[in-house]
Amino acid sequence: MKNHYQFLIIGAGPAGLAAAATASKYGISCALLDEQPEPGGQIYRAIESIPEQREKLLGSEYQRGQALVDEFRASAAEYYPETRVWSLNDQKEAGVLHHGKTKMITADQILVASGAMERPVPFPGWTLPGVMQAGAGQILFKSAGVVPSDGVVLAGSGPLLLLLAWQYLHIGVEIKAMLDITPLSNYLTALPKLPKALLAHQYLTKGIAYQIDLKRAGITTKIGVSDLRAEGDGELQSIRFRHFGREQLIKTDVLLTHFGVIPHIWLTQAAGCKHQWDKSQQCWRPEHDDWGNTSIEGVMVAGDGAGIHGARSAEHAGRLVGLQALFALGVLTQAERDSQAMEDRKWMNTDRRIRPFLEAYFAIPKKMLATPDDDTIVCRCEEITSGQIRKAVKEGHEDSNQVKYFTRCGMGACQGRQCANAVAHIVDDAGGQEISAQSHYRGRPPVAPLALGQLADLYEEDAQ
Amino acid sequence: MFKQLANDEIETVTVILNGQEIQVPKGTTVAAIALSQGLRSTRTTPISNTKRAPFCMMGVCYDCLMVIDGKANQRACVTYVEQGMQVECQQGTGPSLGDAQ
Ligand code: FES
Repeated sequence: MKNHYQFLIIGAGPAGLAAAATASKYGISCALLDEQPEPGGQIYRAIESIPEQREKLLGSEYQRGQALVDEFRASAAEYYPETRVWSLNDQKEAGVLHHGKTKMITADQILVASGAMERPVPFPGWTLPGVMQAGAGQILFKSAGVVPSDGVVLAGSGPLLLLLAWQYLHIGVEIKAMLDITPLSNYLTALPKLPKALLAHQYLTKGIAYQIDLKRAGITTKIGVSDLRAEGDGELQSIRFRHFGREQLIKTDVLLTHFGVIPHIWLTQAAGCKHQWDKSQQCWRPEHDDWGNTSIEGVMVAGDGAGIHGARSAEHAGRLVGLQALFALGVLTQAERDSQAMEDRKWMNTDRRIRPFLEAYFAIPKKMLATPDDDTIVCRCEEITSGQIRKAVKEGHEDSNQVKYFTRCGMGACQGRQCANAVAHIVDDAGGQEISAQSHYRGRPPVAPLALGQLADLYEEDAQ
Repeated sequence: MFKQLANDEIETVTVILNGQEIQVPKGTTVAAIALSQGLRSTRTTPISNTKRAPFCMMGVCYDCLMVIDGKANQRACVTYVEQGMQVECQQGTGPSLGDAQ
């Protein structure tokens, strides 16, 4: 690993892979760093090593990742797997942990392609062992062939839930129930956005095909579910919910929930990039222009880390950033960049036509986001409840960061990754500042765990 | 609970999970192993001493902290199994020799 690269890419998902393959064609020094042992990100996780049988079950959307990984492998870009980036600043210095050693790397251009994470939504019992996020279920299957053994309940809202149900069906995992918390009013708000979405209809037809398959197998989704609670004595034993006014209980030891995904912004936060609240996507995302440039010159974003648009779109956005990096480095002229970007921009825009519809259709109800019961834990690390947050707001702490310092909410090991979004909603609802006016939890390095000894390495290196 | 689908193509390594030697597929994470071995929880919290288990499996929730090769507070979902690795459930903050994270 060198100390300096012309183009440094963080994250080996579709955006990072496409950017690296594009930019490294021009002989610039380019490196891609990623936490996993193999390229592919979460979406194409384990694509190079997955047994054939498991790969088939994941379908063509997953297999598509192979071409992307092959192109990247054949490129001149240096690749550092199992490498953790624990800091980034506006001087374009990245703190890196590789094989147990820390190192600072600088770059002329940096792409942060950090991808998405599941939107954490607190509800009663969500900290019980046995309750996991749907993405976790997918990762377990993709990377280890591990699936629920005694049945599973899937609950929440969004395309991933349906995809996971369909995959489980084909593996032979018993699906005890599919609970859709999408409020019925969403159908109306989403309707005007449907015509545009039909221009990217492959997503809709796929969703319908999954539904039909599930229905044939006798699995019908319960729609209009509310008041979801996980219950059990120390571990999940059952779930309780309301379905058209009637309370129901299902015994299960695994519940997988999904409330959409949000950008993982801890690195762009730490770097000091400007972020904004995206009302339609119900999350914060880094501000950026059409070429992925953030508010810090030379720091770019692409893929779901820049705003949620899905894997296909991420690939196109990654190529655009690759071209932009080449332009910024003086390798391509503006005219060359623009003409080479045309195809990807066209496809990216077509692909994104589905988004306004999906965002409206799968919007998480405000009730779930902003008004968890007083005794529901919001900060999983420090075990701070919704009631404590509301109390802090009543006492005059009107912004997420103020609530954080007052209650310790968000100060635990996950650095607020699991509660930032929820706290902002609760604060807004409880009479604090409006969400769009609040500042996101300030990120501080290290944004990934670093042992004290590993930090010491760095000083030794400096001293030498 | 969870189970691992049958798969004979994969090489295995030996790890010691809570004192018990087990053969597990190479290339898997400690969290995936813990779950497929039937562990329902992998730690207790330092604050209320309640049980927790892996939640996100992608390194962002920090609920999968375990003691790995004597070091506390290791995220089991981003740690890959290695031959001879010692893995234990973590009680609270875990043994003091762990690095604070
Ligand atoms: S399960 Fe969330 S960090 Fe490991």
